[in-house]
Amino acid sequence: MVETSYILEMNNITKEFPGVKALDNVNFKVKKGEIHCLVGENGAGKSTLMKILSGVYKYGEYSGDIVFNGNIQKFNSVKDSEKVGIAIIYQELALIPELSVYENIYIGHEIKNGSVIDWNATIASANKMLKKVGLDINPETKIKDLGVGKQQLVEIAKALSKNVKLLILDEPTAALNEDDSENLLLLLKQLQKQGITSIMISHKLKEVLAIADTITVLRDGKTICSMEKGKDEISENIIIKNMVGREINNIYPKRDFNHGEEVVLEVKNWSAYDPKLGRQILKDINIKLKKGEIVGIAGLMGAGRTELAQSIFGNAKNYIIKGTLIVNGKEKVLKQPRDAIKTGIAYVTEDRKGDGLILIQNIKQNISISNLNSISARGVINENEEIKSANDYKRTLNIKAPNIEQIVGNLSGGNQQKVSLAKWLFAKPNILILDEPTRGIDVGAKYEIYTFMNELVKKGMSIIMISSELPEVLGMSDRVYVMSEGSIKGELKIEEATQERIMEMATKED
Amino acid sequence: MKSIDINKSQTNTVNHQEGVAVQFFKDAYLLFKENIREYGMYISLVIIMIIFSITTDGLFMSSRNISNLINQTGYIAVLAVGMTLVIVIRHIDLSVGFVAGFLGAIAAIMLTKLGLPVIITIPVILLLGLMIGLFNGLLVAKFTIPSFVVSLAGMLLFRGALLQVTEGTGTIIVDNEAFNAIGNGFIPDIVNFEDVHILTIILGLVAIGFFIWNELKVRKNKLKYNFSVIPSSMLLIKIILVSAVIGYITWTLANYNGLSWTVIVVILIVGIYHFITTKTVIGRHIYAVGGNPEAAKLSGIDVNKITYMVFGSMSMLAALSGILYTSRLQSATTTAGTAFELDAIAAAYVGGVSAAGGVGKVTGSIVGALVMSALTSGMNLMGVGISYQYMIKGIVLVSAVIFDVATRNKKK
Repeated sequence: MVETSYILEMNNITKEFPGVKALDNVNFKVKKGEIHCLVGENGAGKSTLMKILSGVYKYGEYSGDIVFNGNIQKFNSVKDSEKVGIAIIYQELALIPELSVYENIYIGHEIKNGSVIDWNATIASANKMLKKVGLDINPETKIKDLGVGKQQLVEIAKALSKNVKLLILDEPTAALNEDDSENLLLLLKQLQKQGITSIMISHKLKEVLAIADTITVLRDGKTICSMEKGKDEISENIIIKNMVGREINNIYPKRDFNHGEEVVLEVKNWSAYDPKLGRQILKDINIKLKKGEIVGIAGLMGAGRTELAQSIFGNAKNYIIKGTLIVNGKEKVLKQPRDAIKTGIAYVTEDRKGDGLILIQNIKQNISISNLNSISARGVINENEEIKSANDYKRTLNIKAPNIEQIVGNLSGGNQQKVSLAKWLFAKPNILILDEPTRGIDVGAKYEIYTFMNELVKKGMSIIMISSELPEVLGMSDRVYVMSEGSIKGELKIEEATQERIMEMATKED
Repeated sequence: MKSIDINKSQTNTVNHQEGVAVQFFKDAYLLFKENIREYGMYISLVIIMIIFSITTDGLFMSSRNISNLINQTGYIAVLAVGMTLVIVIRHIDLSVGFVAGFLGAIAAIMLTKLGLPVIITIPVILLLGLMIGLFNGLLVAKFTIPSFVVSLAGMLLFRGALLQVTEGTGTIIVDNEAFNAIGNGFIPDIVNFEDVHILTIILGLVAIGFFIWNELKVRKNKLKYNFSVIPSSMLLIKIILVSAVIGYITWTLANYNGLSWTVIVVILIVGIYHFITTKTVIGRHIYAVGGNPEAAKLSGIDVNKITYMVFGSMSMLAALSGILYTSRLQSATTTAGTAFELDAIAAAYVGGVSAAGGVGKVTGSIVGALVMSALTSGMNLMGVGISYQYMIKGIVLVSAVIFDVATRNKKK
């Protein structure tokens, strides 16, 4: 199968937003039947390019040509691009939770008998599509009852049902655990054999290397290079170098000091019961955090790590919590996040858009919200103080924005994460819980955040870091707890921790 | 600020005349484009006023009519202020109309049957309003009942309660002069000077002075931190325009009876709420809850407390609205408060409050309320039938929201 013709050519694409050139003369060519990975820092223009390809940005809103299957395309809507066989699957899945799998697969292009929907035919075809993606579930299952990994497969089934020729996946594995990720990549390979071309945007370079036939790197709205497997020399370092334009020798900066021995946080016999689901979410957890230490909590998606963090932070939702929490030697009962903040605990959420930031407000307002009282007198905000501290954080964290009056929703993921971090540092905590601190952000911003974490612990802060990225856990932690199915499956000193040992514990069954 | 332009033009004397003019229109266009939502509202108010003054041969803009119009807006304006916050935190309060009607009737009873003085009646009524609101807030926040349902129930309940307390007597006439002055009286003048109300003029000038001082202060502060500011020529235009409007309204009112007590009450309420929403911790918390309740909670904000406060303030303002209305009619009627809530909600939406929550200004809602009552007043003067009036107001409301959504989406 030596196909050298291009299924897609995007020539000299330029797209401007008011004040920013998001894409500058980008050339992007995809060969028929290949798996093409598109990599680049956040804000490099990957999503914009894909939005142009899928018709989200209409013909005329950009300059340049899209040639698909030999024809110049002028898409005016997503429907137009779907018609010629292009389907895009976004990072945030676009399924309707309350509807069943088969309803979701055929939503928008229902199988009709006259003007009514033929449900039997729908279910039968949905079954076929599910088989194609290797998903063995009842098509009548509601989407909300499926895990993220399976939802992703349903999305692909949906794309297949539209007779897709070019499948675009925007960070498909960002929210998946190792198993599901591997499954997904295998599926892409299978689809490739059936002649489906894929474009995958990903920050996980390991999987990019494993799967890509061609890798295109974008940086600052420009095509930097296109590398073909077999032809060009490809390695993680080379990709990173092209992405950031500079060599990062070690993306996990070393700390040059040892943490203290004083225990600042201790959780004893901690358990949580969810009366709604009728099951134990957390089981008898015991962990300790020392002053100046970074403790990693590793584990797969759904292991209960976020629930543990949130319940420590006083946001237990409807869970019934049992156990003891000792902060700085004193036993504490934290009923709501406010109590936790007062005790000196901060929690940077994993979902910065969902429950971390107020996207419609500006950088300044987002940073100050967690501790407005510290810059207020008798309930009136001192705006000069507010501006001053927001500017300080913008500088120290290198938040890239013209000024602190920029709306947070318009920032790139990495910058949003930095605002999120700034917000919590403004609360002046001495214990910081970071939940997936670098999810979906680019290598450059990651490095900045790691460096900053090191500075924080040096100043006496203690950090709990929840992370699904094993290299990050190994690179940043002093000590690692591994969680699985709501309980701590093991504790490893950093010297004895390896990816294999962690994975082994994380997949241990009761 | 002006000197920058002069310096620039001196170095480039040949075409400075043209350059300045082009720059001026460019600035004006950009400024207008950036703030189309906010300015659109003021512009539509001005257009409405111009149209009505033409169609009514200037009757609309007469001192007497303007004074009446503003005073009639009072009881809706205070509701619109409270409703702004309710909508900002993603809720709604349909009960405010009949809460106003019911508490207005209670005020009338306290003043007439019980013979209590105004100084006791008003605080008691406001306190009752606050309690009603806190109870609504409790149902919404603690028991997580949708505010639409809670306040719909409240609407029915207080409608019944109003009928109940006025059942025996029918309309209750209030003969308390001090009380009736709130809705009908004007502030006394300091000196007698022909037909012009001097104190009103002085207050108007103070307002203009304060406005200019504040604009300059804000600008200076923004420049200090390198924030973008509007060009100085535009600031000048803004100052001249706003001063002209305040000046004109002041002059018009001064030529009639001067400022009414109602206007004073409304200005006070708007001033307090504007301050709270823009300058205080509580204000910031309210907008945070509206912008993203989950994030607000994780930021240590007590979302329930904010909900109690917003609903408490809403019903307290409903009580005030009831006082203003009863006082204006000098009586409590069996149907008082009918559809007040709808006028208040319409005013808020016309004034740019977003139904999605987190966005909306108290001052915007006041302008929204003025737009709606200018429509009513103008159409009444023109003799437009009530059936058409409702239809036209409906169209205006939906157009305002369409405009709002369209301009917001454009910004993205």
